[in-house]
Amino acid sequence: MFPELNNLLNTSPDSVEQGTLTLLCDAGTDGSFLVHHFLSFYLKANCKVCFVALVQSFSHYNVVGQKLGVSLTSARERGQLVFLEGLKSSVDVVLRAEAEPHPLGFLREAGAGNLQPLYEFVREALEPVDCREAAWRSPVLLVDDLSVLLGLGVGAVAVLDFIHYCRATVCCSLQGSIVALVHDSGDAEDEESDVLLNGLSHQSHLILRAEGLATGFCRDVHGQLRILWRRPSPPTAARRDRSLTFQYKIQDKSVSFFARGMSPAVL
Amino acid sequence: MNSPPLSLGAGQQVMTPSKGVGERKIRRLEMLESVLALGGLVLLRDSVEWEGRSLLKALIKKSALRGEQVHVLGCEVSEEEFREGFDSSINSQLVYHDLFRDPLNWSKTGEALPGGPLGVLRAMCSRTGPGPVTIALDSLSWLLLHLPCTTVCQTLHALSHQDSRPGDSSPVEHVHVLGLLHGELHGPGPMGTLSALARTEVTLSGTRSQASAHILYRRPQQRPTHEVDPTTHLTFNLHLSKKEKEAKDSLTLPFQFSSEKQQALLCRGLGQATSHIFYEPDAYDDLDQEDPDDDLDI
Repeated sequence: MFPELNNLLNTSPDSVEQGTLTLLCDAGTDGSFLVHHFLSFYLKANCKVCFVALVQSFSHYNVVGQKLGVSLTSARERGQLVFLEGLKSSVDVVLRAEAEPHPLGFLREAGAGNLQPLYEFVREALEPVDCREAAWRSPVLLVDDLSVLLGLGVGAVAVLDFIHYCRATVCCSLQGSIVALVHDSGDAEDEESDVLLNGLSHQSHLILRAEGLATGFCRDVHGQLRILWRRPSPPTAARRDRSLTFQYKIQDKSVSFFARGMSPAVL
Repeated sequence: MNSPPLSLGAGQQVMTPSKGVGERKIRRLEMLESVLALGGLVLLRDSVEWEGRSLLKALIKKSALRGEQVHVLGCEVSEEEFREGFDSSINSQLVYHDLFRDPLNWSKTGEALPGGPLGVLRAMCSRTGPGPVTIALDSLSWLLLHLPCTTVCQTLHALSHQDSRPGDSSPVEHVHVLGLLHGELHGPGPMGTLSALARTEVTLSGTRSQASAHILYRRPQQRPTHEVDPTTHLTFNLHLSKKEKEAKDSLTLPFQFSSEKQQALLCRGLGQATSHIFYEPDAYDDLDQEDPDDDLDI
């Protein structure tokens, strides 16, 4: 986890907000550093994490996690981390007998996919089985990333329904949190991607948007991060949503954030 | 409001709320009253940056305080989250139809509402009880994503016209349908259709720290009760007598090509004079007796 990002978000592993949906979004740049941040953050906060990793292999996340001070292997062994490795298990779906339900079973379906098996997988992973599970703090669902599902032929509404059910179970019933990454392709013709991004934005409590600089690649400033706090259902209309923008530079083991135009290389 | 409402000819009014600090509470109540003034469908269009659920809840609170029964179709937030902020008297008047926990019947425990989203909507169309009623749809966007647009529009129409006499196309004053719509999720087609159905449309936007609501009212057009006869009250006579009407009807127009005319042109009958050209050459004319069109084989 990146301490500077914790300061910006006003969180720490000791005080974790519960029942929230955090949307990570990237446009024109790679926002996966945010995924690594939240993965290590919640593991350090002693939460039970279900990680649906569709983009990279387990060892990739493990290597990056070790740089940030967490070991995914030992977390998985002690039961704190439930890891669905999309790249490996998608092959299993094809080679397995059809009758057995599989979280990525939509890959076999000819028509528009239904993500109910994936939701059942998440629910079983995060629901407390017996009093043994009380050792962990709140459950967390982490998805990297949802745009891959669009690319695999699942409709935007099906993905929204999946997150809807996850919210109902993880955020409302279990008082946990969800963090999901979505790509903003910036392509005006990609309606499904827009519907997914906007639909999720309306349900989110926190939106972190990593954007590339409008002026192009820069060695010292890798991009811009926009943070939007919102409450989908404020009890009173008084509270105003807050929005902040920072620029960042990704280093080997950390990410440094600074106000726009205040990069140390420039000053 | 500080600025007087601008009236655009077709019976629409556009009002923007004033930003005076001291009168903010009175203005807000006036605004809520004015939004609920016309019956029928009220569309609340919000965006990611300016959410509209708080306005929806404020309108629900206003309706409940007036003693109306309130039905909420909740698709996007849980019942606890929705009821947050309402005191117990309002909560007792609020009936929450829960489409959040299990809208697609994935849990198969039998707890899901029968018929799914469409069944619940249609059940609301049947009379919910005497007296004024407010139906809040949270949200219309969720319904539009899961049901065909035509079905949603037909059901909305049925909802806001319940209890009216057949053939009467104006909605009853005491039924309010409040629909929350997320502006970025739908294309111009569904948005335009819903705008046409709505009596009142509130669009939420704002600058840095100040939210603002743009309210559009659609008042029904006055229908004319009788046809105006254009030929009366003129200084000249446009009426036709019976003989003139007959002559007019039997007239063949010169450029209308009927079969009789075709025959008349093709077969020159007896007694019809052939045409003849009288030509007087003057001094400068070159009269060539040889016909230049002689080689044409007609």
